[in-house]
Amino acid sequence: MAPSKEELLVRRIRSGTVIDHIHAGRALSVLRILGITGSEGFRVAIVMNVDSRKLGLKDIVKIEGRRLSDEEVDKIALVAPEATINIVEDYVVVKKHRVKLPEVIENILACVNPTCITRQPREHVKPRFRVVSRRPLRLQCIYCGSFIEEDYVIRQLEVHRGY
Amino acid sequence: MWALAVLAGWTGRDIISILDFSREDIEELFRVADEMYKYLREGHVPRLLAGRVVSLAFFEPSTRTRLSFEAAAKRLGASTIGFSSEEGLSVSKGESLADTIRMLDAYSDVIVLRHRYEGSALYAAEIAENPVINAGDGKQHHPTQAMLDLYTITKLYGHVDGLTYGVLGDLRYGRAASSFILALTLFKPKHIYLIAPPSLRVRDEVKMILGEKGVNYSETESLAEVLPELDVLYVTRIQKERFPDPKEYEKVKGSYRVSLDLLKDRAKRELKVLHPLPRVDEVDERIDDTSYAAYFQQARLGVPLRMALLALVTGALGG
Repeated sequence: MAPSKEELLVRRIRSGTVIDHIHAGRALSVLRILGITGSEGFRVAIVMNVDSRKLGLKDIVKIEGRRLSDEEVDKIALVAPEATINIVEDYVVVKKHRVKLPEVIENILACVNPTCITRQPREHVKPRFRVVSRRPLRLQCIYCGSFIEEDYVIRQLEVHRGY
Repeated sequence: MWALAVLAGWTGRDIISILDFSREDIEELFRVADEMYKYLREGHVPRLLAGRVVSLAFFEPSTRTRLSFEAAAKRLGASTIGFSSEEGLSVSKGESLADTIRMLDAYSDVIVLRHRYEGSALYAAEIAENPVINAGDGKQHHPTQAMLDLYTITKLYGHVDGLTYGVLGDLRYGRAASSFILALTLFKPKHIYLIAPPSLRVRDEVKMILGEKGVNYSETESLAEVLPELDVLYVTRIQKERFPDPKEYEKVKGSYRVSLDLLKDRAKRELKVLHPLPRVDEVDERIDDTSYAAYFQQARLGVPLRMALLALVTGALGG
């Protein structure tokens, strides 16, 4: 199949991971969740605001040389619930995976409640949230019971330590 | 002696939230508390915890909870170590809760913890090998108070099911009120009225549980309106500092005060008033000597209930 217009914006990768169907403008948040800063040495391509039949506009992230596990990528469903993951080997997609938010989100988000034990700098508690609802997104802090909603999650992942 | 209870499941168990327990667990606990109650009345308490040490780690002030745990431990023959404020502790020099818990875990067989941060008890339980009992974590949970509240109701009415409850006061920040409401969801109350000013209404996470468990409840601002229906009125204190505007507090405080005249005028004769205490002026002292008042009995039952808990989680009843 001939490469699409979007794919031609950035050249195809030989092997690695392509994350497609990211909501437009959220590619950097996706990288943040994956803990990819650029300093790891992988070649990373980000395409933003390209046309998408499904989403209107979308972002795409391509990571050359690193094959992300399902468990790793499922966390990005926090900001990109429609994302699809393509694992590429020798220019061929060998595996496709649709992200699914895990039951528990660990160590990605901070709790909204300032008197939650996870917010105390002295204690080093890993914040953990259980997923109460996927759509609309609603998470509950395992420690203090507070709820956090989608807009808070997006805001936190965008603002916090930007690139 | 303990054949009636399947006690093994309790050994080593942490007491973090009332929701970690089933109705059967709670009923089992009450049967053991009844035994303890009997021992206390007869003046012969077996020294089930002889040689054991109970840590009372109260980072926040407490009178009833701390002293009733201490009395419970000592009645059963245990020794206690601990503190009742942060002053003079290493934490005031910057020691973490985690390190304090590690130390207490090494020095004792069970840790009773009160701390100002929500989630502190769960965190402590993840660190400690010995059982942790949550004696209040911030505004979140106070499970042993809730157990004691239900125990009091079973003593008064013989059952928790089928009664109409009113929970009055600070339902948003008050951990005793939240835990009591959550505890009722383990049973089948006829109806729960949540009576509070708009800014102190029950939190979303508590409402979610009420909804999930299919409990009949409604929110109201008016005590007088629902009072005639109530079998149990659970009163908690409304604190001035919870109101951003002191004028707001002045406006509402009178409507959440329970007076004897109001009870005589509107309540059932059998109504029982509970309060986790301490009270300031939200319950008229003239109620103390009437059949409505159940709060002193409630406070007294704290000792046998906490004796039962300590004996169960330390495995002292297992053999």
